[in-house]
Amino acid sequence: MNGPAPISIRNLSVYYGDLQVLKDVNLDIPAKKITVIIGPSGCGKTTLLKSLNRLLDTAEGARVQGEVILDGENIYAPRTEVTRIRKKMGLLSQKPQVLPMSIYENVAYGPRIHGLRAKKDLGRRVEHYLKVAGLWEEVKDRLREPASVLSVGQQQRLCLARGLAVEPEIILGDEPTSALDPQSSQNVERRLIELKQEYTVVVVTHILRQARRVADYLAFLYLGELVEHGPAAEVFANPQDPRTRAYLTGEIS
Amino acid sequence: MNGVANGRLGKRKRADLFFRVLATASAAVVLFSLLLILGTILWKSVPALSLSMLTQTPKGGFYLGKEGGILNAILGSLYLAVGATVLALLLSLPLALYLNLYKGRASKTAVWTRFFLDVLWGVPSIVYGAFGFVVMLALGLRASLLAGMLTVALLEFPIMCRAIDEVMRLVPLELKEASDSLGATRFETALKVMVRQCAPGILTGALLAFGRGIGDAASVLFTAGFTDRVPASLADPAATLPLAIFFQLGTPFPEVQQRAYASAAVLTLIILLISLAGRAVSRKVTRHVVR
Repeated sequence: MNGPAPISIRNLSVYYGDLQVLKDVNLDIPAKKITVIIGPSGCGKTTLLKSLNRLLDTAEGARVQGEVILDGENIYAPRTEVTRIRKKMGLLSQKPQVLPMSIYENVAYGPRIHGLRAKKDLGRRVEHYLKVAGLWEEVKDRLREPASVLSVGQQQRLCLARGLAVEPEIILGDEPTSALDPQSSQNVERRLIELKQEYTVVVVTHILRQARRVADYLAFLYLGELVEHGPAAEVFANPQDPRTRAYLTGEIS
Repeated sequence: MNGVANGRLGKRKRADLFFRVLATASAAVVLFSLLLILGTILWKSVPALSLSMLTQTPKGGFYLGKEGGILNAILGSLYLAVGATVLALLLSLPLALYLNLYKGRASKTAVWTRFFLDVLWGVPSIVYGAFGFVVMLALGLRASLLAGMLTVALLEFPIMCRAIDEVMRLVPLELKEASDSLGATRFETALKVMVRQCAPGILTGALLAFGRGIGDAASVLFTAGFTDRVPASLADPAATLPLAIFFQLGTPFPEVQQRAYASAAVLTLIILLISLAGRAVSRKVTRHVVR
């Protein structure tokens, strides 16, 4: 198979201490589409997303059972090199988290740790992905300034460029617009829709309207259980499970 | 009804006034005692302050009030404190990173290590001095710059490490995740993200420890010794300013006692200059810190 591969989640359960936050989740995430995971706060959306690039490894007391298969390989298999897995995915967090360095260095950071050293190549890579993220025009004259001077909306696009610069196959978004103003949110949404041409996108959101705008595939998570999933249009139009119906109509939130 | 309310309001206002007076008074005491200390030292040291005081080592009859200066103690103290601070930093930085990146912040290892560091912080410096002395003898070393450096490094280590640790604990987990999610190893995250983000805090911690180290007399009393010469190697004994103050103040000669105050003024000045330099550097390294 060429290009980005789908992700298969098999019998995934996650515990924080004694608390089970994900209950035996099975889900196939389609390639080159936007999969949106919806559900009320605390239902395990973020945990599910973080389990995809093994960020749970660093969470205290988290225990993972089951498999996540990426490019035919279970990323939870022993001896799997976690940095290689993470390189395949770019992450957008709820609050954009820029690194304590310049705008340029933020984007160059990833490629550099993965071995791209030549200045010219780095410069070209930085420029390219800043353009893809729609930030280039705003920052091209001040690449050496600290990234923290950018507005929150710009920071989130910088994080996008930074994530793309390691040339991943998958983009993960953890409520990537929740800290942004409406205009910046729209900007990020538009980028995600453009990016699905080349990348598999997985986004967590609690904003139903956002899900309607961007989702190709929809997964509804409730109390750690994957209640329903399917092509977005079908699930929105005709939810099978009463809980999904209740959530979509705003009866549970 | 109204009267009751007014009565309560009056009481609350009085309590508020009382607290304001108390707070202002404490601030005044702090400021006043600092000025008093500086004033006393400077006042008492004026007769002894001279260029030769700073540029010469003690000459014959120095301890009877004759010519010479305290260059031996100035340089001895600087060598010793700089060396000790570098050594302590080499211990503190890796440990603080280990506690915050490699071990969970709230893990048992981290909690217990912090507890031990806090206890070490509270250990009186004479105990470090005695300990350093025992180790020195066991290793067959004499009182020397090296032995003093090692002892003072031990004294500085818990202070510096906890100061750095406290700053690192404030770093949002998301910053770590951001670096992790790009496929960075923990070491890369530590070196390129944590250290940069915490650079001002690391500097402050190092300065705090340096100040404690250069000002301590008890830990160097047996380990660094005292000499009239400027140490030429790590194996030579080294004079220090706190001990210079101690010895000169203990003599019956007013001229020598004045020089003790001059030594104290020099010590205070060194700490002041280092703090100012630290502030200047801090502004530079704060540039990229993410808030």
